[in-house]
Amino acid sequence: MADDLNQEELTGRILRIIAETQRKEPAQVTIDNSFEELGIDSMDGVNIVFALENEFDINVPDEEVKNIRSVRDMVEGVRTLIQQRNLKTDAPSDPAPAAS
Amino acid sequence: MRRVVVTGIGVISALGKNRESFQTALQEGRCGIGPIQDVDKFDLRFRNGAEVKCFDPFTYFEPKAADMIDRFAQFAVVAAREAVSQSGIEWTEELRETSAIVTGSCVGGQATENQGFWDVYKLGKTRVHPMTIPKTMANAGASAISLEFGITGPAFTISTACSSSAHAIGQAFWMVRSGMCDAALTGGSEAPFSHGILKAWEAMRVISPGLCRPFSKDRNGMILGEGAAMMVLESFDHAIARGAAPMAEIVGFGMSSDAHHVTQPSAEGAAKAVRVALQCAGIAPEQVGYVNAHGTGTTVNDITETTALHLAFGDHAKRLAISSTKAMHGHTLGAAGAIESAAAILALSSGILPPTINFSECDPECDLDYIPNCPRKSDPEFAISNSFAFGGLNAVLVWRRI
Repeated sequence: MADDLNQEELTGRILRIIAETQRKEPAQVTIDNSFEELGIDSMDGVNIVFALENEFDINVPDEEVKNIRSVRDMVEGVRTLIQQRNLKTDAPSDPAPAAS
Repeated sequence: MRRVVVTGIGVISALGKNRESFQTALQEGRCGIGPIQDVDKFDLRFRNGAEVKCFDPFTYFEPKAADMIDRFAQFAVVAAREAVSQSGIEWTEELRETSAIVTGSCVGGQATENQGFWDVYKLGKTRVHPMTIPKTMANAGASAISLEFGITGPAFTISTACSSSAHAIGQAFWMVRSGMCDAALTGGSEAPFSHGILKAWEAMRVISPGLCRPFSKDRNGMILGEGAAMMVLESFDHAIARGAAPMAEIVGFGMSSDAHHVTQPSAEGAAKAVRVALQCAGIAPEQVGYVNAHGTGTTVNDITETTALHLAFGDHAKRLAISSTKAMHGHTLGAAGAIESAAAILALSSGILPPTINFSECDPECDLDYIPNCPRKSDPEFAISNSFAFGGLNAVLVWRRI
């Protein structure tokens, strides 16, 4: 599991995962791309988040997913969640958001 | 072409275990949504569902008969019994031989399938229950109804996700209208509350962490529901000849496929199904007074459906009274088209249109009249029920007050 927050490495891994889930060549996905430019729709976004959750052992809340519109949004969001996860090392693995 | 009428309806849902409790709840705007049973065991991002509460199969079935069918098929039989009882139809030998059964179900016997997978994958057992296959099959509801009444005519099940039972009712309508049979039992049933299915819906990120708020600006997703609605369709002449009192007439059925995206709906596809249904009914858009909307409460569906109604109804869209009763009974997937058709028929026959409850704020992108929160007295002659499925398969039914 990757707890390394090296920005460059993290970005590289996220770009690779986006490319893999979208069946694109790695070079086709850059940090500056919007999802629209990459032809990524909302269901694709959910699929990418699923892959990232598995890769980084994080849980992305539903509301967060709706606000992600670009590769940069995705990188920022994942980085924040990894930081949060590392802060609560002794907490159980799945902090579900409160219901209703 | 023969006229086709509804002579009996049965409903079991989160709003109660019979038609009367369903109608009362709709007219009171009561919400059937609450915490899913045993939800704490499931590790989910949402907690609520619209379950049929306190359903004891042994109240309805002999113990051995209850063991033979999954919860979703039990719902199908319970609803079918009520529909048959209300219709007063007598299953003569001839009628049993010719009548049709057409049911809808999206996921079939999930509780049974889940138990089998749990036994194998989790508990490491080497065998599963021998009834796993026949209890899981999506047509188990149709088969159980056939056994219940001894009906030996054409019987089958349609599985088109959330449009399943609307497609089923449409098919039964055609069969009676064409003269292929005098009577049909049709509708849909669903019982999707298994751990595996709940996790799958969680993964799609379309379930509300709170309530279902169709067309309201603060809507944040759908709520899963379970239940069944079945109805007896008969040719008008057959019903009148035996002295039955029809509740409503089914006059139109429209279908379309979006050919657009597997999960994103298309306004044009939905509008096309509405247009085809009105054309089939031979009525003008201006004659429709009430729309029981698909109205799932997701951001995308409710905007797309609103656009579709604008496209199909033009200026008249603003004058339509529209509600999504899913805010009360949840999204019952393959049973949705039948349960919501029942709501539309009961609205026409009672003159009380059910509200869209949990509506708190207008959304500029949903700019029609959604009957917010309070039921409304009104006597429209025609109502439509919309069903739009994942996979882009749409079905719209047109009902007429009698």
